[in-house]
Amino acid sequence: MTAVRVEQGGVVDRQSEVSFTWDNRHYSGFAGDTLASALLANGESIIGRSFKYHRPRGIMSAGVEESGAIVTVGVSHRRDANVKATTQELFPGLIAHGQNAWPNVRHDLGAVNNLMGRFFSAGFYYKTFMGIPPFEWGRKGTGIWMQYEKLIRRAAGMGRASRDPDPDHYEHGHLFCDVLVVGSGPAGLAAAGKCAEQGLDVLLVEQDFEFGGDYLNHGGSDSIKKRNDAVDALQKAGARMMQRTTAFGLYDYGVAGLLQRVTDHLPNADPHLPRQRFLTVRARHTILATGALERHYAFGNNDVPGIMNAHAAVCYLNRFGVLGGERVVITTNNDSAYATASNLAQAGAQVKLLDSRRQVPDSVAGLLNTRGIELETGTTVLNAHGRKHIKSVETAISGGNHWRRGMDEECDLLLVSGGWSPVVNLLSHRGVRPVWDSNNCCFVPAETAEPVTTAGSSLGIWGNSDCEASGLVAADSAIASLGGQSVSVSMPATGGWETPLEPLYEVEIKGVTKKSFIDPQHDVTADDVRLAHQEGFVSVEHLKRYTPLGMATDQGKMGNIIGLALMAEALGREIPEVGTTTFRPPYTPVSIGALAGRAFGAHFKPLRRTPMHDWNLQHGATMVDAGLWQRPWYFAREGETITEAYIRETETTRTSVGLCDVTSLGKIAIQGPDATEFINRVYSNAFAKLPVGKARYGIMLRDDGIVMDDGTTWRFSETDYFMTTTTAHAAKVMVWLEELLQMRWPELRVHVTTVSEQWAGVAVAGPKSRDVLAACLAEPATVSAEALPFMGVVESTLANGAPCRIARISFSGEMAFEVYVGSDYANSLMDLLYPRAMQIGGCLYGTEALGALRIEKGHVTGAELDGRVSIDDAGLGKMASETKSYIGSALRKRPELQRTDRPRLVGIFPKDRSETFKAGSILCSPDEVEGLGEGWITAVTHSPELGHWIGLGFVSGGHEAWQGKVLVAADPVRRGNMYVEVVSPHMVDPTGERMHG
Amino acid sequence: MIRINCPFCGERDHSEFSYGGDGSIVYPSLDAPAEEWSAAVFQRENIRGMQTESWQHVNGCRQWLLVERDTMTHEIQSVRAAHDGVGKVLEKGQ
Ligand SMILES: [Zn+2]
Repeated sequence: MTAVRVEQGGVVDRQSEVSFTWDNRHYSGFAGDTLASALLANGESIIGRSFKYHRPRGIMSAGVEESGAIVTVGVSHRRDANVKATTQELFPGLIAHGQNAWPNVRHDLGAVNNLMGRFFSAGFYYKTFMGIPPFEWGRKGTGIWMQYEKLIRRAAGMGRASRDPDPDHYEHGHLFCDVLVVGSGPAGLAAAGKCAEQGLDVLLVEQDFEFGGDYLNHGGSDSIKKRNDAVDALQKAGARMMQRTTAFGLYDYGVAGLLQRVTDHLPNADPHLPRQRFLTVRARHTILATGALERHYAFGNNDVPGIMNAHAAVCYLNRFGVLGGERVVITTNNDSAYATASNLAQAGAQVKLLDSRRQVPDSVAGLLNTRGIELETGTTVLNAHGRKHIKSVETAISGGNHWRRGMDEECDLLLVSGGWSPVVNLLSHRGVRPVWDSNNCCFVPAETAEPVTTAGSSLGIWGNSDCEASGLVAADSAIASLGGQSVSVSMPATGGWETPLEPLYEVEIKGVTKKSFIDPQHDVTADDVRLAHQEGFVSVEHLKRYTPLGMATDQGKMGNIIGLALMAEALGREIPEVGTTTFRPPYTPVSIGALAGRAFGAHFKPLRRTPMHDWNLQHGATMVDAGLWQRPWYFAREGETITEAYIRETETTRTSVGLCDVTSLGKIAIQGPDATEFINRVYSNAFAKLPVGKARYGIMLRDDGIVMDDGTTWRFSETDYFMTTTTAHAAKVMVWLEELLQMRWPELRVHVTTVSEQWAGVAVAGPKSRDVLAACLAEPATVSAEALPFMGVVESTLANGAPCRIARISFSGEMAFEVYVGSDYANSLMDLLYPRAMQIGGCLYGTEALGALRIEKGHVTGAELDGRVSIDDAGLGKMASETKSYIGSALRKRPELQRTDRPRLVGIFPKDRSETFKAGSILCSPDEVEGLGEGWITAVTHSPELGHWIGLGFVSGGHEAWQGKVLVAADPVRRGNMYVEVVSPHMVDPTGERMHG
Repeated sequence: MIRINCPFCGERDHSEFSYGGDGSIVYPSLDAPAEEWSAAVFQRENIRGMQTESWQHVNGCRQWLLVERDTMTHEIQSVRAAHDGVGKVLEKGQ
């Protein structure tokens, strides 16, 4: 409207013009501008639309507390929503759009919400959810909610993020320092300078793109020179200084989270640079010089464009060279606005200053005399007029303890100062509750034992030279806490104004209705706070949740104190009695990309490949994720589907021979004189008498008697065992064995070593497995029926000379061997086995066929042993020794685990054998297909042997309880319901003749 | 972020460690009655203040450690090897 770039002044670079686009129109600003200062200089007034009511909003501040000028920056896949124009650095080619408006922020049809304000008051989401009028209309609340949710979501929301993948990359990093200084204003620079002078390793971070903080907001060369000198001195002293870097959170042990914006201000960034860095810094001591934010107060229409914080106008004038208006009204309750008035008048504005205090000493008022500024004391603003930009204000005149209506006063810029709030957010992250300073009407940091010192206006010290002094005091305490020589510096007093501020949170006159915003970003009004109180939300934490006061990106920066004050008033208490909400990280938003860093896509988790991974791929494997591992899923031949492939692999293995990579099984070497005793305590079944040269299947329980894992353990000598675990639990079992040996049984002389990476393993399974394996060994007789009976183990040598370990064990139910070689020999093992297997019609098989084979046999895996299943539930009760004590033996006998109606492992057939069903279905009795049912299905496969689909699962009482009965496999969200029968889990070769054969 | 001073490796971030649990529990012998086991496994104190807890330096030396930590402030008072014998070897070595 009437804002203009003044002829000179400011720290923007007037030689370097920067063109940018706002809402599809081309503009230009200067290097050193923010998007907000450039828009202001170009006379733009409406920058945003409010959250609920779609009211036009302009620039309300000059910093992170901005609640009006919230925009979307960038286009298509680089679209970044909810960016504060006041912190967005201008760069050539910047493209920004208004948001939460249609067709645009100047003309927004959503503004109809403003007329519906009554319906959108505090808690309206909850009310629609519960079906409270006016949303009830005779229907159940949740039904209505479903109807209106979409509508409300569309109407009330902010910018939309891009749905495309983020094209940028982000980095994580770690930093260490002696002293972390947050903020580079007068206090921060002074503190950092002194620490660096003392030889401490200093890291100074500044969220702005310029160092200097409030030094930048003062006209004249003095304060800029002070800043430049301080920055130079710091650089000379070797301090690290990072601008565009926000300390967004403070954590245990002096850890701070930093977000460094590396390329957000660059038009054509080097693609090798990350967009942002997420840095974890470990500081021995932290100095918080985070400044203070100027408050507004609640009066009618206090959100109209053209209303901003008083100090913001000084910042726009002195830092950016933009005068926000020609006819300026300033409304204040404290001294800080006097310098503002003087500054603006000097720049040519016609200024009227309204001070709500009735007495202002001449020493302060005298500031105004020479500038032609009108001062009215005992006066404030009651109401702002103007729809798209402020036109005038209606004043209120103090009558002692009430207000009465005053005059109308024309203006094109209204500046508000309701006092200052120190930024205590970071200390609050540490659980340090701020304390109320009633002289300055603000929360200040409390004493803390944390290695953290606060300085400057974040301590409630207002003058810049006082802030410098307090920075030196903070440096001193940091130096002392790090064992340095401290020099005593005297601490300046808090405050620093001539006349005390007079608290002012809301201006109200009985009978005058108006919309007075306390948190403009979330459209929370003074009436909303009273409504929340009326409806019983009296705690500050509840208030915050019932109204969205101080939520989301605001985190209490704008309306927190006013909200507290109004709640205190409603409760008839003092502000400190009402308390303050806990500020939580992040101080300002952190992008999801920065949190993720490089941990996305293939780098989301580590990938484990078996040593024969490439060999498998070369032989046609399709891989599947199994935890961190990739394993062969199936080996499709020309034109085969996965189902055709695994059925063929299963059939071939049952009739001839199949080879399967089983390297991913966990492998643990257990060695030492007490190894036998140890294993015997860990497994539920007897291991004390396992002969050398034999393997045994074992089950281990947890302390609470539930099954932890299963596997085989092979004995090579009196003191040397080789344990295999399931793929899923390999790491967990290793940790468990270490815990037992180090914590519980330190007397046992046993070493456990993970050897999972050392050995590559292949299962050779099927009636012809012995022929194939024998042909690959230096001594074929090693695996003859006599030399290697069922469960026998042997150390041998492959035909190519590589040493190997062989056990005759079977997961498939066929005669089978597991062969292990050193990982480097994995390919040579496959190259020996594969041609011989193929010669006699064998095949490679993957996890899908492995699953089919084991389901047919009723062998359990992680799908069944899910941490809720007892050894009896799994049908393996016979594996629980009754003659020895072992981990879990006492609690296994808990009555609850002994109940016979617990779900037990069963096999499952479809009633109509031509049908199939899904794993994850709930098994229900046909007369009650709802609720928790009688059990569940864990695994389903097609059984070539039986010629139909089969499954494993758990059913109350086991298959004996359901003989001759039909159950429903209920799967309401996918396939629908299916009738099934339950059978013994041993569906193929129940007596195990084949594997013994 | 808690930092734990592993007696074997030095000070490291807690992300290198995994939390075990209450380190003060004395587990009954394997043949003890179910009641004793039930007490040890299920009846746990929820301590506010200094607690002895077990941590494993799982991404380091793999040693189980007993850590005295204040559950309110995360302040760590002491760290020692859970296995006495190993701890003594360490002391002798120094
Ligand atoms: Zn360690």
